[in-house]
Amino acid sequence: MGLGSDMYRQQILDHYKNPRNYGKLEDPTFTHVGENPMCGDEIRMDVKLDEDEETIEHVAFSGDGCAISQASASMLSTELAGTSVEELLEMDRDDIIDMLGVDISPMRVKCAVLAEKVAQDGAEIYMGELDKEKTSTED
Amino acid sequence: MSQQNIEPLDVAAIRDEFPILEREFDGQQVVYLDNAATTQTPDAVVDAMSDYYRRYNSNVHRGIHHLSQEASIAYEEAHDRVADFINADGREEIIFTKNTTESENLIAYSWGLNELEPGDRVVLTEMEHHASLVTWQQVAKQTGADVEYIRVDDDGRLDMDHARELIDDDAAIVSAVHVSNTLGTVNPVSELADLAREHGALSIIDGAQAVPNRPVDVSEIGADFYAFSGHKMAGPTGIGVLYGKQELLEEMEPYLYGGGMIRKVTFDESTWGDLPWKFEPGTPPIAEAVGLEAAIDWLEEIGMDRIQAHEEEIARYAYEQLAAEGDVEIYGPEPGPDRGGLVSFNVDGVHAHDLASIMNDHTVAVRAGDHCTQPLHDKLGVPASTRASFYVYNTREEVDAMVEALDDARQLFS
Ligand SMILES: Cc1ncc(COP(=O)(O)O)c(C=O)c1O
Repeated sequence: MGLGSDMYRQQILDHYKNPRNYGKLEDPTFTHVGENPMCGDEIRMDVKLDEDEETIEHVAFSGDGCAISQASASMLSTELAGTSVEELLEMDRDDIIDMLGVDISPMRVKCAVLAEKVAQDGAEIYMGELDKEKTSTED
Repeated sequence: MSQQNIEPLDVAAIRDEFPILEREFDGQQVVYLDNAATTQTPDAVVDAMSDYYRRYNSNVHRGIHHLSQEASIAYEEAHDRVADFINADGREEIIFTKNTTESENLIAYSWGLNELEPGDRVVLTEMEHHASLVTWQQVAKQTGADVEYIRVDDDGRLDMDHARELIDDDAAIVSAVHVSNTLGTVNPVSELADLAREHGALSIIDGAQAVPNRPVDVSEIGADFYAFSGHKMAGPTGIGVLYGKQELLEEMEPYLYGGGMIRKVTFDESTWGDLPWKFEPGTPPIAEAVGLEAAIDWLEEIGMDRIQAHEEEIARYAYEQLAAEGDVEIYGPEPGPDRGGLVSFNVDGVHAHDLASIMNDHTVAVRAGDHCTQPLHDKLGVPASTRASFYVYNTREEVDAMVEALDDARQLFS
């Protein structure tokens, strides 16, 4: 058996070990937190919007958890820079799996989509379309 | 108990009775180390259940015909078999439920909601499974009772001084796991039951991880209630047991109502039937009761003391192999008489879920998560752990396969 399943390809491990945009933003436009109670993964996403209130300028994340959740947050943070809030809200689980570029076993999908859900909920709360303190993959 | 006189299990012969253990994924045979979650089912149990469906499937209690008579007798006698197995006084003390969780809920609804008052204390342990922890937490909220938790010390044992503090005359309920499904700790349950009795509290023991792998004698333990699940003891899913002292069960109101439990019904009123049927309304798990009886026969044929010795031996081996790794943190007491057959651990720098995924690549089935003891994991300061749990069919080679998989995890994550 080769080293590691498909799930732990180099790219995932690289983002896990060397997370991009890890930390907190000084003046984020919005910030939101979420958890995956199954795994105990916790993620905070800070998003800074451009003056147009539409373009995502910068994203940072913090928290801890399994390799899949952390790598996913790291990759998403780079992916989102330069896109729009609308594009963020349109993302779904398939986009995340495409982004990760590996097969995610069914039990681990929640780990993979945590960061995306937190960012999306954060955006909706900011736009006044949602009211919640914390995102949970169990919602 | 002197281990020397106990004849070891013929594991190879036992494995032959579990075709599932031969299953392969990607050409590798499964190594099943998730027995605390559910155990595998030997052919004897599958056959007994299939014999029931093929030959005498019928509803119980109410049929005059032959098939119903056979099914009724089998179902009722399964209660006798369970009573005998755990040394209860008789079928009146054995209620069949869906699982341990329902057994706990039965006491909570039937006794707890009716009897608890503001200021009463419900004493649990920090190592309680959510099955009782969440249940009593909610009942306490509804009744105004307080919940207190007996501390778990750094070695993973209950702090019995703290237990003596909490179990005073305000205590109404003491509920504890017999064997912790996370730490593996075997708790001094008769001491807890004695303390409860001295202070007029009811005692409940969650035996989900004890009945499968050691001789359990409820009369000797002396608790008022004792709960366990069929699917963790080589039996089927869908059936659990609540043992309760007859005089208590007689006083308690049923919490599920319906047919099969009543003595007399008018448009205005109903009276309850005899024990244990008063607590078993509706069509019960008949095939599952037949399967549970077959599982008990199968276990006793091997011998509970031999099963216990085997589990302790495998768990000790696993503990020692893991402890020798250096970067592995193991939770719970060191191997010995107060540790059961499971080992929960974490590898430094590897999240438990990642570790379980990598083990799965080696077809090693372990569990990762909080094992339904979230507050205990909070206390341990980890979000999750990986748990290997053993049963009659596990071997040292299987433990080795698990330990070997750790190398992959290290290589990937270091
Ligand atoms: C100690 C303990 N109590 C209760 C349970 C719940 O058992 P069940 O899911 O069969 O209700 C389990 C198993 O998950 C357990 O290990």
